[in-house]
Amino acid sequence: MKLRWLAGYGPAFVLGMTLLALWELYVRGGQISSQVLPSPTTIIQALIEHWDVISIHTLQTLLETVLGMAAAVIFGLLLAITLEISQWSRRAIYPLLVISQTIPIIALAPLLLIWFGIDLGPKVFVVALYCFFPIAVACADGLADAEPELINLLKSMRASRWQILWLVRLPGAMPSFFSGLRIAATYSVTGAIFGEYVGAYQGLGIYMQLSVNSHAIVLVFAAILVTAVLSLLLFGLVSLIERIALPWYHGSVVHRG
Amino acid sequence: MEHTKLLVKGVTKIFQDGRQYLDTLASIDLFVNSGEFVTVIGPSGCGKSTLFNIVAGVDQPTTGTVAIDGDAQGARAGKAGYMPQQPLLLPWRTVVENVLLGLDVRRQPRKQAELEASELLKRFALADFAHHYPDTLSGGMRQRVALLRTVLFKSSFLLLDEPFGALDALTRLSLQMWLLDLWQTFHSSVLFITHDVREAILLSDRIYVLSARPARVLRIVEVDLPRPRRAEQLALEQAVRLEQELTALLMKEQQL
Repeated sequence: MKLRWLAGYGPAFVLGMTLLALWELYVRGGQISSQVLPSPTTIIQALIEHWDVISIHTLQTLLETVLGMAAAVIFGLLLAITLEISQWSRRAIYPLLVISQTIPIIALAPLLLIWFGIDLGPKVFVVALYCFFPIAVACADGLADAEPELINLLKSMRASRWQILWLVRLPGAMPSFFSGLRIAATYSVTGAIFGEYVGAYQGLGIYMQLSVNSHAIVLVFAAILVTAVLSLLLFGLVSLIERIALPWYHGSVVHRG
Repeated sequence: MEHTKLLVKGVTKIFQDGRQYLDTLASIDLFVNSGEFVTVIGPSGCGKSTLFNIVAGVDQPTTGTVAIDGDAQGARAGKAGYMPQQPLLLPWRTVVENVLLGLDVRRQPRKQAELEASELLKRFALADFAHHYPDTLSGGMRQRVALLRTVLFKSSFLLLDEPFGALDALTRLSLQMWLLDLWQTFHSSVLFITHDVREAILLSDRIYVLSARPARVLRIVEVDLPRPRRAEQLALEQAVRLEQELTALLMKEQQL
């Protein structure tokens, strides 16, 4: 099972390696100055060399990301439930929700810096703003998708609104919730870096900014690499949690435990 | 000890969709005595399920009264075990957790609910599947699980809406016998919906034949075949005559 699962990623791995090899050859062949475009091997060398500094920035970014995601999950779930509870709240809130996503973060981030300072808070806010939308929308759709016959069955048992929400709608919405969460996970690290870019004490965003300013292109690439790995790990973590939390959704025959 | 479990008097239902009115039920009268198996049969789309939802308290009649155990005023929801056409099992709950759903709604302690559900699964030969998810079961199995869920919620009064409609003939027959076993074990009163004449004759004490929409009662038939019922009894002369008579009656309605 494990092996077959890994084998599924074979083609992606081969393609990725080929592209990296081409890149390496292109730079080594002297087609372009390594000051402008460093080769993959020099990027990895630089990453190892500067790991003591980069790791501190990485931890900071990771902290902001995780806090922002947590806030987004709580806010997104509450919002989805609010939308489900009354048609009135759905009509009132849904358009505002969409508008909130049209705010250009690039304009908002400096304002947050002015309003709330250079600390952790504004970065967490940017991540949450990025991430709550896919969670709330996916979850709201999942809640609304419950079969009407199933709702009738619960009504015939004299279940309250809250019992219907708790026993039928919420568990049924969990697969949608996790789809939203996976999308959010891929956005989240980028959100934190955006927040840091305009000003921070620590973090991959400010590290990239400083590296650009000192023309250390290779370090910018090293930070990009870390960002990509971080995003992938978060995505994988969410998928793992989903598999554990929703065994029925992943074709398990028997419930254990 | 015989008393009236369900009394439906002059129930009508008119659905309104914008400016359109849909006259679905045109004055229905029927009753189910305690311990009786009563079937409502009618052409498809005649409003049988509407009548059901009204009795279950999911929907309200436009006019008329519905009394369960003589109470026409109080809420009807929660007074009957209600089983719609599809099994409607929750895919995230195992078989045993699905069976105890009604007890969860009643906020019964989980330990006790699990015990009751397991007993029921054992008695009706489903214990081996207690911890399976519904997606892994066959159609007939799912229907059995849904029936046990209905019985565990309220065994004294069962409302069953074409529970075997989607099954193949053989599975259907074995489930019909299984249901009769269930009914006799719990001395339930049953109101059963079907459009299968043979099924109605095999199971029922009394059959109400409904007309095409707007539905009214065309005929009331007492089935006096001996109990316990067996499939062979459908070949008895009185059963065959009844089947032909009811089929002819329904055919006339279906043409409309």
